[in-house]
Amino acid sequence: MAPAVNHAETMPGQISVGAPVKLKVSGEDWIMRGVLVAIGLYLIVAIVLPLYALLSKSFQNKDGTFIGLANFTEFFSTPALSYSVNNSLTIASISTVIVVSLAFVYAYALTRSCMPFKSLFKGVALIPILMPSLLPAISLIFMFGKQGFLRFLLFGHDIYGPIGIVMGEVIYVFPHVLMIILIAMSMSDGRLYEASESLGASKVRTFFTVTLPGIRYGLVSAGFVAFTLIITDFGVPKVVGGQYNVLATDVYKQVVGRQDFEMGAVVSMVLLIPAVIAFAADRIVQRKQIAILTARAVPYAPQPSSGFDAIMTGFCALIAVIIVGILGVALFASLVKFWPYNLSLTLGNYDFSLRDGGGWDAYANSIEMAAWTAVIGTCVVFIGAYLVEKSKGFHTGRAAMQFLAMMPMAVPGLSLGLAYIFFFNAPDNPLNFLYHTMPILVICTITHFYTVSHLTAVTALKQIDAEFESVSASLKVPFYKTFWRVTVPVCVPAILDISMYFFVNAMTTVSAVVFLYSPDTALASVAVLNMDDAGEQASAAAMGIMIVLTAGGARLLHALLTRGLARRTQAWRKR
Amino acid sequence: MSGKDAYLKVENLTKMFGEFTALKNISLEVFEGEFVCFLGPSGCGKTTLLRAIAGLDIQTRGRVEQGGKDISGLPPSERDFGIVFQSYALFPNLTVNKNVAYGLENRKTPKADIDARVAELLESVGLTDQSDKYPAQLSGGQQQRVALSRALATKPGLLLLDEPLSALDAKVRVHLRHEIKQLQLRLGITTIMVTHDQEEALTMADRIVVMDEGEIEQIGTPEDIYSRPANPFVADFVGTMNFLAGTAGANGGVRLGDIDLATTNGPGGIMEGVEDGDAVTVCIRPEDVATRGVTPDTANAIPAVIKTLEFLGSFYRATLRARDTGKTAIRADFSINLVRDLEITEGQDFTIALPADHIRVYGEAFAHADDLI
Ligand SMILES: Nc1ncnc2c1ncn2[C@@H]1O[C@H](COP(=O)(O)OP(=O)(O)O)[C@@H](O)[C@H]1O
Ligand SMILES: [Mg+2]
Repeated sequence: MAPAVNHAETMPGQISVGAPVKLKVSGEDWIMRGVLVAIGLYLIVAIVLPLYALLSKSFQNKDGTFIGLANFTEFFSTPALSYSVNNSLTIASISTVIVVSLAFVYAYALTRSCMPFKSLFKGVALIPILMPSLLPAISLIFMFGKQGFLRFLLFGHDIYGPIGIVMGEVIYVFPHVLMIILIAMSMSDGRLYEASESLGASKVRTFFTVTLPGIRYGLVSAGFVAFTLIITDFGVPKVVGGQYNVLATDVYKQVVGRQDFEMGAVVSMVLLIPAVIAFAADRIVQRKQIAILTARAVPYAPQPSSGFDAIMTGFCALIAVIIVGILGVALFASLVKFWPYNLSLTLGNYDFSLRDGGGWDAYANSIEMAAWTAVIGTCVVFIGAYLVEKSKGFHTGRAAMQFLAMMPMAVPGLSLGLAYIFFFNAPDNPLNFLYHTMPILVICTITHFYTVSHLTAVTALKQIDAEFESVSASLKVPFYKTFWRVTVPVCVPAILDISMYFFVNAMTTVSAVVFLYSPDTALASVAVLNMDDAGEQASAAAMGIMIVLTAGGARLLHALLTRGLARRTQAWRKR
Repeated sequence: MSGKDAYLKVENLTKMFGEFTALKNISLEVFEGEFVCFLGPSGCGKTTLLRAIAGLDIQTRGRVEQGGKDISGLPPSERDFGIVFQSYALFPNLTVNKNVAYGLENRKTPKADIDARVAELLESVGLTDQSDKYPAQLSGGQQQRVALSRALATKPGLLLLDEPLSALDAKVRVHLRHEIKQLQLRLGITTIMVTHDQEEALTMADRIVVMDEGEIEQIGTPEDIYSRPANPFVADFVGTMNFLAGTAGANGGVRLGDIDLATTNGPGGIMEGVEDGDAVTVCIRPEDVATRGVTPDTANAIPAVIKTLEFLGSFYRATLRARDTGKTAIRADFSINLVRDLEITEGQDFTIALPADHIRVYGEAFAHADDLI
């Protein structure tokens, strides 16, 4: 390579000597690069190649011959199929507007009012995270279905269809959206509010000139996340969709119902488009948000205002009652003999051996799968993020790894699961032996939830001193010792967060794994789906409750660990 | 110094960040046991040079030699240095003891020897009673000393300090300057310290490397740098300096307006090569301006008016306007005695003189906004 042109070198009196210096790559650097490449290869096998298989399948006919866009033409010219695009977009748009509005007011109440029971309200709002999205939908049927006790509230409309889907999605997505808005709100600067108030601006004026502009990127980001989660969600429309087809249920129907894998591939490619667009837009918006939040903000301390606080309390109480109600109805329905005719209590619905779906074995499988996902996923993600952040040189490799780590976020679970079928079930694939095993479920789930975990790890790593590795090298201590003795202990809170995130999501996810389980590796979340399909709603609710209890238990354990750790390490963690 | 071979040699070192050249052909030598400061304004490339010497951010071109061995392309782990960063980079989850012992524990040193070495180091920086605390429980000055002890623990041949004092408040800083210098003298360790604080450099260094925009402006002892700055940049960056616009005369003489001044910068001095009539910059430090017993007949006398008189504690700094030198102000230091004895006040006529051997003349125009009134 010719040396780069440099003005300084051509100035008179300047002599530049020698060829560019080549850095000797140390043994440690080779270890770092080797591990980075290994994790990169893992992601290539776990996401790039399967997506490629999915893409090629959508261009093939049943015999595996390339037929160009013929499948897509068929899709868009078959009204029964292309309606789904319209339906999906409609549902996702309406639900997004509703859920972002509700979550915004809820977050506003939590951060800008003096209402009581704030931590209780916050805790309740996060409950839906612990549920597979099937469960709120099942509860909706108990409430608003043919025998629902709240049916009169629908004024003759049917819960099966768009109304039910929107209601279910809003509940399912609410905590995710709330958390994004809460973070945006808590990062906005209290001094601006004080300035606005001291200038005599009214609450309303302050709201429009300070609050909204300050969190506009947070709101947009929340909107994109909500839209993506909803359009790719499969659980809610599967249960309450009725005859109303959306893209996510179409993929399932094409593959599981009609065994038309090619059309399934086409639909999941179509499903990928809005997800990728929303993902890209969200990344752009996030970058802008970081730019406006560089200065150190002072938290806002709200002043009591009885009327406003009362309205906010009322609003939050209503939402909280709905969420608790959803959970409560599912719990109650799972504990009675025959809803709503025989309300005597029984544990009979928890005797899964009599039902479809794999019974208690499925539950045990789920725990096993979630535990493996949490342990292996956390290790892979944290080490990968560490190498991206802290290794020296090797810029191409690190940038490629960063890109690979961001990819899974843009891929809907159903598309991922289907892609896995095409890739791993191909007879000529040497990894074929993984198909229908526990490892493939673990690999798929780690990959599905890779991006958020990776970003959490990167954020934690960025916060620690950038020179630990330099100091360590100057002291001739290999990087892996410093990684183990310093970096990991300092990052334990983030590591716990990541493993909790993996565990809970592995317990609740349906979309990717629904294509990948075998009779031996049935999962609890899939059992909920299958029991619901078989009309065993009470048992489906019972299994859903088991998932909530397990995920909730994991969260509780996580909270206890985090608190205990904070107490034990407060001597050195204080800032 | 020049008799010995250099311990560290940097030759024609260039560092580029993309298209931006952060270091341009830097060459310098550091001798065994020497304390060298890299001094320059923020962003001039001091840290970049230090990191290249450490191998943390390898140079684009050029050689680095340490102890007679070419280390240009070696990774930091194969070089021999200890380093203290501005942030200290102490391991937060390890006690002071463990931090200092960190580099020793990896060398199969017996436990008892490690303990003894750590105790000795902590003793020498006065932190023996803090050894079981965590970094977050220490003051900034104490953390700084722990970082220094950790860097010294493995007895490296070269100690690198990147702005080690700039995160501390003024009082601690002055105290630690002295302490670090004493420790360095006692251990005799070759040391390079990066700083943007001229006072720090002047008080601590054996030699100073003054840098600007990726280039070396001057290398010399503090005395050299202060009294004989090689160019207007150094003259301006270190200490306070008067910059007066003039024209060159014969034999090192210069003309300021109507006044002819003799200087010792003529043949063989820094005015070598400046032609008669060229524009030059005439420099003198305020404390070198003669104020006592000056008459119009004194050599290099300048009749002037005192515009302002600023009390600075142990002396007054006067700003004078010379009658014949146009708009340029001259700052001069007046002792308290003088002001009292002669009852000097603002607005008064006063004759000063610029002693020939304290004048520095640079063959280039250099305007300084402060100097116009
Ligand atoms: N990693 C980097 N990438 C691009 N530019 C850099 C990088 N590090 C330093 N620079 C630039 O090089 C110049 C010198 O920086 P530095 O050595 O840190 O200055 P100093 O330590 O003298 O304040 C600055 O203009 C800085 O912006
Ligand atoms: Mg610097």
